[in-house]
Amino acid sequence: MNNQLRVEMATPTVINAAGRAVPREVNGKPVIPFMGVGKYKPVGNKYGPPVPSCSDYPDDGNKVVSTLEEALLRCGIRDGMTISTHHHLRDGDLISNKIFELASVMGVKDLVWFPSASFPCNDPVIRYLEDGTLNRIEGSMNGPLGRFVSDGRMKGTAVLRSHGGRVQAIQDGDVKIDIAVLVAPSADAFGNARGTGGKSACGVLGYAKADSMYADKVIVVTDNLVDLPCFPAEIEGNYVDYVVVVDSLGVPEKIVSGTTQITKSPDRLLIAELTAAFLEKSGILRDGVTMQAGAGGTSLAIAVFLHEMLKSKGWKSKFGFGGSTRYMVEMLEQGQMGYILDAQAFDLDAVLSVSKNPNHIPFPVFNAYNYHSKGNLTSMMDIMILGATEVDLNFNGNVVTHSDGYLLHGIGGWQNCLHARNVILPLPLFRDRIPVIVDEVTTLCGPGELIDVIITERGIAINPLRTDLLENVKNSGLPVRTIQELKDEAERICGKPAKPVFDDKIVAAIKWVDGTIIDAVRKIKQQS
Amino acid sequence: MESKLAVSGNAGPKIRSDCQMELGLTHDGGIVIDLKSKVQVLYGESIKNQCREILSFFGITNAVLKINDSGALPFVISARLEAAVKQIIDTDLDFLPGIYEENKYPSKRDRFRFSRLYVPGNTPSMMINAGLHSADGIILDLEDSVAPEKKDEARFLVRNALRQISFNGAERMVRINQGERGLKDLEYVVPHYVNLILIPKCESPDQVKVIESKINILRSQYGLPGEVFLMPIIESAAGVEMSFDIARASEMIVAMAIGLEDLTADMGVTRTKEGTETVYARSRIVNAAKAAGIQPIDSVFSDVGDMEALRLNVLASRTMGFEGMGCIHPRQVPVVRQGFAPQQEEIEKSSKIVLAYEEARRRGQGVVAIGTKMIDQPVVARAQRIVDLAIRLGLMPEDWKNDVPADNE
Repeated sequence: MNNQLRVEMATPTVINAAGRAVPREVNGKPVIPFMGVGKYKPVGNKYGPPVPSCSDYPDDGNKVVSTLEEALLRCGIRDGMTISTHHHLRDGDLISNKIFELASVMGVKDLVWFPSASFPCNDPVIRYLEDGTLNRIEGSMNGPLGRFVSDGRMKGTAVLRSHGGRVQAIQDGDVKIDIAVLVAPSADAFGNARGTGGKSACGVLGYAKADSMYADKVIVVTDNLVDLPCFPAEIEGNYVDYVVVVDSLGVPEKIVSGTTQITKSPDRLLIAELTAAFLEKSGILRDGVTMQAGAGGTSLAIAVFLHEMLKSKGWKSKFGFGGSTRYMVEMLEQGQMGYILDAQAFDLDAVLSVSKNPNHIPFPVFNAYNYHSKGNLTSMMDIMILGATEVDLNFNGNVVTHSDGYLLHGIGGWQNCLHARNVILPLPLFRDRIPVIVDEVTTLCGPGELIDVIITERGIAINPLRTDLLENVKNSGLPVRTIQELKDEAERICGKPAKPVFDDKIVAAIKWVDGTIIDAVRKIKQQS
Repeated sequence: MESKLAVSGNAGPKIRSDCQMELGLTHDGGIVIDLKSKVQVLYGESIKNQCREILSFFGITNAVLKINDSGALPFVISARLEAAVKQIIDTDLDFLPGIYEENKYPSKRDRFRFSRLYVPGNTPSMMINAGLHSADGIILDLEDSVAPEKKDEARFLVRNALRQISFNGAERMVRINQGERGLKDLEYVVPHYVNLILIPKCESPDQVKVIESKINILRSQYGLPGEVFLMPIIESAAGVEMSFDIARASEMIVAMAIGLEDLTADMGVTRTKEGTETVYARSRIVNAAKAAGIQPIDSVFSDVGDMEALRLNVLASRTMGFEGMGCIHPRQVPVVRQGFAPQQEEIEKSSKIVLAYEEARRRGQGVVAIGTKMIDQPVVARAQRIVDLAIRLGLMPEDWKNDVPADNE
């Protein structure tokens, strides 16, 4: 009790440019409050990892060591280190948990896990948060992990970053990775590695690139050791310290969801249809359009409708940005898309396409999402289809907490994608009884000025800042309404929801793409 | 001390937007509510308050209520609790949630009934968005889609849905049960602005007349404005033979439908895709309906995954003279609507005929011709109908005559 009181008193807050009370320091380090979109200008140089020497590495290029444990020991694992992993094996990942199991046995304490995302398969790490092996996670929290954090049970404060924000943090030295443990479906003994081939093929390794370049020590773990050179290498052996060969990296059927399926829900299909109609009638869809659509059932349906529209008009999308799926691959193969630039392959067709189609190009998140670079891909995209758990009357979006206040999702590439020309959120007006459009988002993840259109089964709300879009669809016959009208309708149907009750204790900090703090998540107050 | 335990509603891993209530009266201890809800944080208090209000409305002061809620909307919670209450106490009271003003619209005898979407009467998750799919009519079904032991509680749900779900202008229909149960069903729906009642397994004009008179009694009892229409469904060989008499049995009848699953079962034949086995029955229904001046409506198409087969089925149905078809999945609606709407070449041809006719009238000519082809009066009348239809469906503008050049000039 005393302990907790001290923590609460030690986290003074400040109101940031979005009006949110955010901490001045997180995990003992000072942080910068959000200053507005594009307002914070970084200074100084990029972070540089220690300079290595060839003399410390075998001349024959063979960096294979016998076990992961040995590799971790050789990397000098010790208390307080930051260990990074990537999430390309998604819910099939067997290695991340293993790292902390080994560390726990070694008696190492207070580690920071810095994954590019976590999945339900990572729930066992809760044990290592409880036994002190881990101090905290800086990455996405899902399911039981999110609950653990929201209940205030994690020792350190979680830090949630977008995929681009994670690269920014690595590049700028906000996060110094001591050891990167990078699983690779194919690798050679020198450490060159890629996402294709082998029984754990995941397609691409885009999220691991920054880790490999900036970590002090890099371990590549593979279940498919190939002869040198493993080419084309997404992770270059020159950055790699050790290679570990294991029997199996993961559960193949959970690494890629064999096939992604478009939604069968008639209501979701209606939203998808309305979205496609909006894109057509607003003039956003055109010859040469650039687009991204995710792997959710509704997004896939939108991709199918857009494909049909492009085909019937004889138009072609210049390029699509993956997460790729078979629906995007179909566009590529049938000539309605020039290239797929891909950070992750969601299904088997996509994995296959990356390995055989030269116009399906692995494209690290590095080049796409990092805000502290000389321009990036997302601002060049015409159509950006995204989700959200909540949107408020100012078009602010929340993707990390549910309306009941619990952390439930990571940010993923969501914040980065908000910089696209047209950010479209197709959402049901309410989920079961939970309205999606609310007075004020529970947690602010994206400022409303970057969110352009909300498309629900009961109408379309266009951000008043987008006078051009409002003008374009004026006489289109589309059900355009104000966001207030949509919110009122949701509340008429569902009733006005109560708000979750929070403690003062901050359990997670939400970073904006530039590393500033846009919001904080507080501990759920326990019902007495 | 415990009385009988009343159970209503549904719960389970696949159930959404519903709740299960277990209600037992007690002698003391007040109202004790044990709530397990998917939306506990946001609506836990509101659900408990709503239930307390309903129990107090029925004069219940001591009870134990267990609720397992998967995100039921307020109208569902009311319906489930009222159903439970009425299993254990006798009362004439009805707990009516407020009716949306926009739900109080009348229908019209000759409105389109191309597509009518069946919605199971005891499945809230399928009701909530039913009005979004542009069906001409929404049928809240109390009959075959509701399990026998759930038929009582479905009445409260359907009644509340009529009051608190907006169907966006679709004709508000209910399929009642057969016989006595069906007559009782009417009490739950007629006072709540239902537009049309479907009468299942109709075999005689008397069946229709009993329903007609019960509706009239309810209408005068509640002082209801607007009309209630009827659509008998013919689902047996005997019904087919009686179809013309049925079609004329009441002024309230605006359409007559055929139900092929039951009909083929009754005839002891297998229902095929080609439908050879029911050619006579379907033709007879179409003819009887046309003779009686009402709309003949075709049976549902049960393969919800095969839209191309549905499209072909609709075209065949239309060719035969049917003017609409039932839908059992929202995705069937647009296919059915498109199929029954006039096709583009028909519209073009018809508009030419109408223009030629008007031109001939203006010139005082008795004979209408397009080029060298003479046009008979019935052809003009049919063309006019198609043009009117196309305008009403928004397929051509009302002032189309300003746009289309007549090619006989």
